Amino acid sequence: MKRQFVEIIVGLFVIAGVVALLFLSLKVSNLNSVAVTDPYQVNARFDNIGSLKVRAPVTMAGVKIGRVNEIRLDSASYQAEVVMDISGEYKNLPVDSSASINTQGLLGEQFVSLEPGGQQEYLANGDHIRLTQSAVVLENLIGELLFSNSQGAKQ
Amino acid sequence: MISAVRRTGTVSLAVFAATGRACMLLMQMLYSIPSAIRRYGLLIEQLYRVGVLTLPIIIVAALFVGMVLALQGYNTLVDFGAESSLGLLVALSLTRELGPVLAGLLFAGRAGAALTAEIGLMKATEQLAGMEMMAVDPVWRILLPRFLAGVISVPLLAVLFTAVGIFGGYLLGVDVLGVDQGVFWSAMQQGVDFQQDVINGLLKSLVFGVLISLIAVFMGYDASPTPAGVSTATTLTVVLSSLVVLVMDFCLTSMMFQ
Repeated sequence: MKRQFVEIIVGLFVIAGVVALLFLSLKVSNLNSVAVTDPYQVNARFDNIGSLKVRAPVTMAGVKIGRVNEIRLDSASYQAEVVMDISGEYKNLPVDSSASINTQGLLGEQFVSLEPGGQQEYLANGDHIRLTQSAVVLENLIGELLFSNSQGAKQ
Repeated sequence: MISAVRRTGTVSLAVFAATGRACMLLMQMLYSIPSAIRRYGLLIEQLYRVGVLTLPIIIVAALFVGMVLALQGYNTLVDFGAESSLGLLVALSLTRELGPVLAGLLFAGRAGAALTAEIGLMKATEQLAGMEMMAVDPVWRILLPRFLAGVISVPLLAVLFTAVGIFGGYLLGVDVLGVDQGVFWSAMQQGVDFQQDVINGLLKSLVFGVLISLIAVFMGYDASPTPAGVSTATTLTVVLSSLVVLVMDFCLTSMMFQ
């Protein structure tokens, strides 16, 4: 009787641990939304990627469709080459889509935003996105603002 | 002067010898795991005493740790209008650090000390020697179930600590401080990565479990068989395993999260 009780309690303890792990994986972490299923890779070259990081999200119209897989410097053109994993669900991105690096909020994380083009051909694994727009560097922006202000003051 | 140097030498030699004996004991225990599976009843009993009975302190501590994290985090974040990140703050600090570390520390104080005292007393009253006389290996019969129970319990306790702590943070943050419930969870899900945070936290707690259980079991087995010896061993278990948990936590953190 005592033995059975102990076994039942220990069983409950182990089950509670597993349930807590399930809670952590499903409710707390992004396990259910993280997997980019059946991805294909698309490259894009930027003049300046700002502080874009690997694993940053790739979005279209604000919806997350993939994530940045690799960032490297192309030593021939001195541009940053960004390799993105796009979820296989979204196979119909036009080849003349453009990519830009935006910031979430004023000071938030940076992410890649894709704008769809109009062509009927679709991007496939390993394709390049030609139209890109660099990250907006806040410091440069402030510098330009100050510069134009002082120009205006002179006139 | 020379005697001070000599004392340092004596102490370091003793520490090295004890580490060596602990490793030998670990090998001996690992070697007898296959034969322990046949007597899993012993393990179940120890799981109850080591794991289940530690549960109340873990749950109460976690609830309050989660609530205090939410309170302090809220006070800081609200100055920047960033109280939407409260869930993320609570969840990240619990999964990465506080869950495994505090569960380990509480386990060392609650269960590790008890294990050492029990085994040390068995040795002092020559029960272990008696077993050897009856050709029962005390390492297999007494030490191994307690060690395995500790190794299994600590990760479970750490996961429960994390989950209950997040729930405590949720209670205070959403119900008392008025952070929006949807934002609380979605910010958390966006920022917490399963592999990076949850799995690494689990790995940490597994390492802590092995270390604390080994220290507790070894200290009891290695205690000098006197009342003073048992009391020293119990103190050493708590002190050493707390220090080892904190130091290992730093090492693991610097390896896992660059």
